[in-house]
Amino acid sequence: MNAAPQRDAYDVVVIGAGPAGLAATATASAAGLSTLLLDENPGPGGQVWRAIASTPVTARDQLGADYWAGAELVGEVRSSKAEIIHRATVWSLDRHLEIGISIGGASAFVKARRVILATGALERPFPIPGWTLPGVMTAGAAQTMLKSSALVPDSRTVISGQGPLLWLLAAQILRLGGRIDRILDTTERKNYLAALPHAFAFVTSAYFTKGLAMMREVKAKVEVTTGVTELAAAGEGRLASVSYVAGNHRETIPADLLLLHQGVVPNVNLAMAAGVEHRWDNLQLCWSPALDGNGGTSVEGIAIAGDGAGISGANAAVVRGRIAARGAVEALAPAAAAKLSPMAALHADLAKAERGRAFLDTLFRPARQFRIPAGDTIVCRCEEVTARDIVDAVAIGATGPNQLKAYRRTGMGPCQGRLCGLTVTELMAEARGKTPQEIGYYRLRAPVKPITLAELAAMPKTDDDVKAVVRG
Amino acid sequence: MFRRSDQDRRPSLQIFVDGVTVEAREGDTVSAALLASGRDVRRETAVSGAPRLPYCMMGVCFDCLVTIDGVGNRQGCLVPVAAGMQIEIQKGKREIGR
Repeated sequence: MNAAPQRDAYDVVVIGAGPAGLAATATASAAGLSTLLLDENPGPGGQVWRAIASTPVTARDQLGADYWAGAELVGEVRSSKAEIIHRATVWSLDRHLEIGISIGGASAFVKARRVILATGALERPFPIPGWTLPGVMTAGAAQTMLKSSALVPDSRTVISGQGPLLWLLAAQILRLGGRIDRILDTTERKNYLAALPHAFAFVTSAYFTKGLAMMREVKAKVEVTTGVTELAAAGEGRLASVSYVAGNHRETIPADLLLLHQGVVPNVNLAMAAGVEHRWDNLQLCWSPALDGNGGTSVEGIAIAGDGAGISGANAAVVRGRIAARGAVEALAPAAAAKLSPMAALHADLAKAERGRAFLDTLFRPARQFRIPAGDTIVCRCEEVTARDIVDAVAIGATGPNQLKAYRRTGMGPCQGRLCGLTVTELMAEARGKTPQEIGYYRLRAPVKPITLAELAAMPKTDDDVKAVVRG
Repeated sequence: MFRRSDQDRRPSLQIFVDGVTVEAREGDTVSAALLASGRDVRRETAVSGAPRLPYCMMGVCFDCLVTIDGVGNRQGCLVPVAAGMQIEIQKGKREIGR
């Protein structure tokens, strides 16, 4: 499963084996297109169905029906003719649809006639004082360990933030016998009112009953504090306590593990590096690619499906994967498209899967204080740059994220802005009195994941490649 | 911080962390095995030497950087363990040639 690609060129290359990527692969392959699926993880599933083919959590009800729903699609892809490579890191994609892949320490390029990016989401940066301390992790991190290694928190554990994943994780930890001492809910009270107009769609969606049952299950076992503000982690060399304000009182609770969650945002690095145009989304407060109805981007031949196309959840991701793949089939093998679900039916499925999303986006819209930090709070974890450093740089002339690199090296560490980019954009926008759209984002370039120079140097070179750099 | 659920029946294997034998399970990533070991596996950052542990466990934060079989700056959360693997906790910058 992690050998080099068998061919130099494919009709369709799908990047990411989560819900969208699996669905796209199944659809493209079923239509007879040569299809390559590349994924960075050891097995299929992405984040939501992580380790679905290997999880040691065998008591099926503990991970829940939504998790096991992925098994069918994984089976469909594995029995298809598609070539699947795991532990493959895509570090480059360009306008000519040439893809640089690192597999087992060696790199190769493949060409595609169509590329479907299904690189999903990552957790929104949650920059609070002390968030770099050992013992502070994302909720998603704990869920990854739970799904792939059946590991659960067993020391003093606090979960803080908001959003559906937070409650799902809490329920899963409890079902596996793990420990949670407290949940600190940061949902702003004013959001409940703002979300009200979207409530009807939500209560008639699939999210509603499941979400309510899960919250009830967790609240029966764990003390939940609502309306939490001014969250901070503290400790010498590792987390020792979590403090917060709720109902005008500051409280400090001892903790060994703090799991943070403030929703998820599109993982834009590969798409942006390929030149795909993105726009600031004022509701979801993140960058989303500009797409046509079938997931097509501003770069000819590249489509985006799943949460990388804007956050919509796993069910919508599956449909968007099928839509993007059908688009590729219509372009490359129109006759084969007749075998697939009609586009209109897929769009009807998508509308159904996206029902209730506006309610969730509005209710769980993260508060300003958890997005735009101040003072000594670290913004760029890699280069250890604080909010004050950034505001000071603006005061002496830094105009946007790319200029800021020259002042403070923000975004130039190994994570390439994944954990600071949104914060830097919003912080600079506020400091300069501009919109995030006006301020913009880091200019991202390949390699989007670090590879060794030796690996690059070992790649096959044509005479033209050599001529381009050798003098005389 | 973490313990293994009793239902985990995966075979165990041995890895070495700074020369000390640590028990892991087949299918663990290096970072999961380190966090499950109960040992002090904090790395020190290249910039200030501040201690860190893995943050995201999904390949985006790079706080799990670790030396694996002599190669520095590997993302421990993306690499599955293998029997006999030699792990070194990184202290500060990556050394030249590793």
